[in-house]
Amino acid sequence: MSNENPTESKGNREEEMSQVTPKQASGSKTTSSPGATRSLSEVAAARTTNLGKAPQPGSGLEARGIHAWFGKNHVLEDISMEFATGTVTALIGPSGCGKSTFIRTLNRMHEFIPTAALAGQVLLDGKDVYEPGVDVTKIRLQVGMVFQKPNPFPSMTIRENVLSGLKLSQIKISNPDELLESCLRRAGLWNEVKDRLDEYGGSLSGGQQQRLCIARSLAVNPQVLLMDEPCSALDPGSTLRIEQTIRELSDSMSIVIVTHNMQQAARVSDYTGFLLSDGGPGRLIESSTTVEIFTNPKEKRTEDYVSGRFG
Amino acid sequence: MSQALLTAKPQYPWKLTPKDLLTDLAGAVFALISTLAIVGFSPLKGKLGFALTLIVMSILTATVISWVRRDRKAAINSSTTVLVYIAASFVIIALASVLYEIIRLGAPGFSLSIFTKDMSQTASDMPLTEGGLLHAVIGTGYLVLFAALFATPIGILTALYIVEVKGRFAGTVRFFVQAMSGVPSIVAGLFIFAFWMIQLGNAYSGLAGCFALTVLMIPTVARTAEEVLKLIPQDLREAGLALGATQWRTVAMVVIPAARSGLITAVILGIARVVGETAPLLLTIGGADAINLNPTSGNMSAFPYYVWKNLLIGSENAVSRAWLGVFVLMILVLIFFALARYFGAAKGSRK
Repeated sequence: MSNENPTESKGNREEEMSQVTPKQASGSKTTSSPGATRSLSEVAAARTTNLGKAPQPGSGLEARGIHAWFGKNHVLEDISMEFATGTVTALIGPSGCGKSTFIRTLNRMHEFIPTAALAGQVLLDGKDVYEPGVDVTKIRLQVGMVFQKPNPFPSMTIRENVLSGLKLSQIKISNPDELLESCLRRAGLWNEVKDRLDEYGGSLSGGQQQRLCIARSLAVNPQVLLMDEPCSALDPGSTLRIEQTIRELSDSMSIVIVTHNMQQAARVSDYTGFLLSDGGPGRLIESSTTVEIFTNPKEKRTEDYVSGRFG
Repeated sequence: MSQALLTAKPQYPWKLTPKDLLTDLAGAVFALISTLAIVGFSPLKGKLGFALTLIVMSILTATVISWVRRDRKAAINSSTTVLVYIAASFVIIALASVLYEIIRLGAPGFSLSIFTKDMSQTASDMPLTEGGLLHAVIGTGYLVLFAALFATPIGILTALYIVEVKGRFAGTVRFFVQAMSGVPSIVAGLFIFAFWMIQLGNAYSGLAGCFALTVLMIPTVARTAEEVLKLIPQDLREAGLALGATQWRTVAMVVIPAARSGLITAVILGIARVVGETAPLLLTIGGADAINLNPTSGNMSAFPYYVWKNLLIGSENAVSRAWLGVFVLMILVLIFFALARYFGAAKGSRK
């Protein structure tokens, strides 16, 4: 999980990268407010982590030198991170620093914005997902996504919602009912909905809908799950439930979660990346183990942010 | 315990008090009486004069009452409220009087036998117990059915191109669709007449009428469908795509089902646009008094044609037939729309 990864892609998108000039950060945004640093670091340290597992080289997801633009607007600058299987990585940072844009580059959702441009590489099991000729639908099957707002398909029942990924990507399986149950169980929703599988997804509460969306993502068996502020619209109880779900899922896959909630980052993640934009493009200021970020950050700005002094 | 519960009665403190209501009622009575007085003593005469005076007087009264009761802001609020009510009542009055006329003049000739007979053996002047309008029912049924079958896929695919594909020509296509929706209906008829019939040498037929109606229906369906598709949250599309679906699968399985009831509305509006069209049909279907079950050849009848023809004949019975035609068409359309709404109602509850 190195911050300064010098391995920049020498690919087709090279020419745009040479124009990139780093800017010096300014601490102008700093405001003082008494932080909850101690409790956060305690939280981060107390949790059992998956750090012991050595990531196998070439497996999992890796971003190398990602730059992103919307039109002329440079929004991400040279971000390199690794997301090994079996770990949870939290991305933190103030609004507008490019966290969401960054995770959307990882499963190629970035390209749906008409003015979007990109440089860098995203390696899934060692292969660049932006390679010409790569089937983008296969990439998105392997790298699932959960959105900020729960968005179950309104025309489908709970059952159909969970299995919708299979139908959408035309995968046939012999035991849909088993898959349905296992996905809902893994998303922590089974007990609440097992008697109402044929009701519409919209009839569930917000937290249940979000877990339904997680179950839906799980049904296509992704290697990586990207979560873009999955709890920001939910109450504390649902948030806790989803965090448990994240911990349980992280054994078998790699999870990247964007969050504005420091406590949440400290509770669920093994690694944390801190992104910051000081008016210019968003940059990865520091990236390390979560314990390190919350107890002993190397950068002053990271410390200020996680202790609540700005942002 | 139960005492305490009983003491709390549901109340509606935001509603007007009887005193307020009395003032409002007195205001309304005053507006009415003063209007009568003004109409009686001034050169303003007739229904129009009465209506105009009533409008002015009700606005004035409402404004004054609010001003006295509260202040200037409340007065302005009252006058605009009254204005809105008046505008709404204009629409309702117009619609109700149209309905009333149709029922008054059309209903007396109604009997179930008109659905079993046509006009091949009956002259328009004969009493309404003779003959019927089965040929018009069948003709309009064919015309609307085939026009809907042609226009629905074209219209919805056009909307999909504009909203979902967002192709290079989306703006151009939208512009042409909008321009098309302003085309006078007789131009659509002339187009089919000049191209399909004169140029390609086809005779009058139901099919030619369908084509003319299709030309008119496409822009309505396309524009309504476009608005409906735009309302589907971008989130849902992204959720579909993030599950590894192609764009086509996402549109077919997520977007269109979510927009289903709106798309049905689009088709209904399209049908409503064409079902009463007369001008394009005069040029294309030829008109007939007998049932024609073959839409591809031979003259065809339709409700608008039936009404137009009988109105032109002008005798008392013929005019009654025309009103009967309007009445039956109205009822059939009402039944059809109600059925379409019922079967097309949105599945599931959306929060």
